[in-house]
Amino acid sequence: MKKFVAMLMAALMVLSLAACGGSSAPAETKAPAAADAAPAATEAPAAEGAAPALKIGLTGPMTGPASAYGLAVRGGMEIAVAEINAKGGLQIEFKSEDDEADGSDKAVSAYNSLKDWGMQILAGPVTTGSSLAIAAETVNDQIFMLTPSASATDVAMTGSNVFQMCFTDPNQGASAAELMKQKWPDATIGVIYDSSDAYSSGVVDGFLTKASELGLNVAVDNAAFTADNKADLSTQVTQCKDAGCDLVFLPFYYTEAAQVLTYANTVGYAPTFFGCDGMDGILTVEGFDAKLAEGLVLMTPFDANATDDATVKFVEQFKANNGGLVPNQFAADGYDVIYALYNACVAAGVDGSTPVADVCAALQEQFATLTVDGLTGKGMTWDENGMISKAPAAMVVTDGVYVPVA
Amino acid sequence: MQILQYLINGISIGSVYAIIALGYTMVYGIAKMLNFAHGDIIMVGAYISFCVTSYLGLPAWVSVVAAVAVCTVLGIVIEGLAYKPLRGTPSLAVLITAIGVSYFLQNAAQLIWSSSPKNFTSVVTMKPISLAGGKIVITGEVLLTVAACILVMVGLTLFTSKTRTGKAMRAVSEDRDAAQLMGINVNQTISTTFAIGSALAAVAGVLLCSTVPTLQPTTGSMPGIRAFTAAVFGGIGSIPGAMLGGILLGIIETFSKAYLSTQFSDAIVFSVLIVILLVKPAGLLGKQVQEKV
Amino acid sequence: MKKILNNKTTRTNLLTYLVVIAAFVVMQVMNSAGMLGSSMKGFLVPICVYISLAVSLNLLVGICGELSLGHAGFMGIGAFSGIIIAALLKDVVANDFLRLLLAMVCGGVFAGVVGFLIGVPVLRLRGDYLAIVTLAFGEIMKNIIGNLYAGTDSEGFHIAVSTTKMKLAAGGKYIINGPLGATGIQKLATFTMGFLLVLFTLFIVQNLINSKEGRAIRAVRDNRIAAESVGINVTAFRMKAFVVSAFLAGMAGALFGLNYSSVTAPKFNFNTSINILVFVVLGGMGNILGSVISATVLYVLPEALRGLQDYRMILYAIVLILVMLFTWSPKVKEFMSVIADKVSGVFKKKEAGTNE
Repeated sequence: MKKFVAMLMAALMVLSLAACGGSSAPAETKAPAAADAAPAATEAPAAEGAAPALKIGLTGPMTGPASAYGLAVRGGMEIAVAEINAKGGLQIEFKSEDDEADGSDKAVSAYNSLKDWGMQILAGPVTTGSSLAIAAETVNDQIFMLTPSASATDVAMTGSNVFQMCFTDPNQGASAAELMKQKWPDATIGVIYDSSDAYSSGVVDGFLTKASELGLNVAVDNAAFTADNKADLSTQVTQCKDAGCDLVFLPFYYTEAAQVLTYANTVGYAPTFFGCDGMDGILTVEGFDAKLAEGLVLMTPFDANATDDATVKFVEQFKANNGGLVPNQFAADGYDVIYALYNACVAAGVDGSTPVADVCAALQEQFATLTVDGLTGKGMTWDENGMISKAPAAMVVTDGVYVPVA
Repeated sequence: MQILQYLINGISIGSVYAIIALGYTMVYGIAKMLNFAHGDIIMVGAYISFCVTSYLGLPAWVSVVAAVAVCTVLGIVIEGLAYKPLRGTPSLAVLITAIGVSYFLQNAAQLIWSSSPKNFTSVVTMKPISLAGGKIVITGEVLLTVAACILVMVGLTLFTSKTRTGKAMRAVSEDRDAAQLMGINVNQTISTTFAIGSALAAVAGVLLCSTVPTLQPTTGSMPGIRAFTAAVFGGIGSIPGAMLGGILLGIIETFSKAYLSTQFSDAIVFSVLIVILLVKPAGLLGKQVQEKV
Repeated sequence: MKKILNNKTTRTNLLTYLVVIAAFVVMQVMNSAGMLGSSMKGFLVPICVYISLAVSLNLLVGICGELSLGHAGFMGIGAFSGIIIAALLKDVVANDFLRLLLAMVCGGVFAGVVGFLIGVPVLRLRGDYLAIVTLAFGEIMKNIIGNLYAGTDSEGFHIAVSTTKMKLAAGGKYIINGPLGATGIQKLATFTMGFLLVLFTLFIVQNLINSKEGRAIRAVRDNRIAAESVGINVTAFRMKAFVVSAFLAGMAGALFGLNYSSVTAPKFNFNTSINILVFVVLGGMGNILGSVISATVLYVLPEALRGLQDYRMILYAIVLILVMLFTWSPKVKEFMSVIADKVSGVFKKKEAGTNE
């Protein structure tokens, strides 16, 4: 009996290895109408005689605790790809892979799988951890990488082919400190952050450095939580409350921020809460009482309630595709990434037939001078390290919508 | 003054751990299996309650009843399909199946309810009690969770000691073979245990999300592991032990965050656990079973 | 020679080595023939790592009968100490292979030492209590590594476990940067080293199992009190298995860490420990070849399911449950053995027929 099972498993092993070897074979042939295209691969209509479609890949968490962010980015990108393909001209074939927000093997597997698919440009990854693992690979393979949302400085510094669409963490922390100095110079400040998260700790590092330079009064700087114990954030709020903080800095995602705001409201603690770009999305959390966020200050590049045509169209399309879900800055960054890549490719004359290394060189050259107007900013440019420069927009929640800080 | 507020915070999260731990310990005590999917049944319960109140607009108590009903059925189905066929195999085999079930529930929840977080509206409408000029605040959720814990604890103790089914459960937990010889339907008894455990999970889900409002497909997993820790802490299999373990764990966690280090609170909590188990190897209220030769 | 081959354990052991060597040769040939895609090439090292982890955990779970839920903790210690050693030796040892080997040995030694220090108090516990303590250990390690800083600057090497970021002098370089984990790692790991690690692990574990001590360990598993009563020093044997298992996990962790350009502490969490345990249980407790095969299949399975996109993990869960039911359920086993009997019955009849 045991032998039978062992044989069965050995057979399975051979089969599974063979299956993987097999699925990588089509990558050699660069046919755009690959028969094994996955459901999420938005296939471009293969027009007769036209240049083959450009292959853009995304890796991000599509399952697990961080999947909300990965799926938002994917949703934003799919809209941009559909719009571009409808225009005619340069066509884009888009594919996403699940990296489970892992910082090592799963991320590299997702990336390799895209490489086998024939990816020419990486429009990811979504999280900082995965980006650190993958960026070094893209440097070796000379694949151009533009991440929508990985914000650690180390990501862009990995190589000259790595670019970012979002603010870097220390910059964001520093801008927050500057804004506080300007608007609330006498405030007693408390900081709550996620010490197990690269993004949150990165912002806090930048913030504390700048705050001590500017002489801000930071009374609580060590109220941290981790991914494992974030079920209870009441202690951290109590610490800020006891220290008499009237401004509380919350540099983490809206998911946990909703918890902080709810608890603070329950215990009748009402300081000014101050968030970063990860805070965007809080007003659209299903079931969240937007009144709790009244007066919340956040530094977000994107406002789903903006009335310009581009945003309105994007928000409507996203809602239609995602069962009424309102897009947050992750989705908007994803959308902008695709357009930035598209503009650069058109300008450089790159299409699906250009070899990967040439795409990389051409795009690097383009991004040095490229200026993009997108949903997350006007006149966005990139510096020689691949970091973006766009105006940080500070918003305050008033009557349930964002209003620029006066 | 401050210390009292931290104590209340600790009891608040601790009582949530306790009510989850009660379900864990009950299933472990009788079926002798670590049901790692327990945390995910909690999550399902919370989603059901959320859907009933938010989408159907029904009152909170209806949502609790619905959650209990759905989770009980779910518990029975899972037990029948995934655990029952493995009865009599090493407990590790069932443990791995439970992990499979846990993955399944999380991913199914993501496909059904999407992974974007939902904010659970507390089932408690009571205004928080403010003492000492607002320095100490006791929320309605704490009172409700503690009351529910005590109720469940007393209820379970009475059930296992007074009713026929409850006695059968204890017999099965003491010695499965002997119980079978005495004419107890072991399979039936274990299935009933799962049904009760899952119903408790539904209640725990509603209480967990009333205290911690963020609801995602992974909401149940971390509190589930903490509660499992709490159950071992108190002596796994012991009903009052689960309650004590949960509350103590919550208090230790809060105090280590408040007075020692927020960054290292996980390490501190687990170190305390290790030390306690070294001093009392069967947990605080667990029975030290003498092995037979 | 014949005598040796008649021994069933020796045969199984040899079979295990043969399977591993054959797989290595096939992969090497395919690789040099350019038949492997990037994904497949990427799997080679982690598969070796997980095989070593599964085999070393099998020593603990299958042979000793101790449930450990903190194996990833040892892997993490090995990974981070290996990364530090490899970075420090960069200018001292020029040969990459040698440096990788040193890093792995150091990773293993660190993990083994920690295993010993933890084993002294913890091995007094049994069963599910031991399980929860190892789980707690894994979580403590993850928490500490998540706040670990290491780096070099003009004043030499610095290392600290700290809640605030450790500051380095200008021009300093972080090797491990707190929550960002280890970044900018020089990738030293090779498939050949992975293969050697698997062979080494098999060698150590199989020899331990079949030695006098191995028999004692199994006696302890099957009946501790009986074993004690015939004078077997239970604690010493459990300790030995625990330390060896931690040592091997540390080596595998170091290889894993040096196979990627970044590694973060949350990788070595409860879920990873559980995954390794799944490999062991599915492959059969105490069955070494089973661990090798199930680690390979189960590592590749979720990757092979990528085409299913969002349904990937739910399908993985279903496959996991079904495989458990099929391999363990008494009813299915009965059914299978009936079929096996029938099949062999047919063959026997035929043989009988030809003999006539």
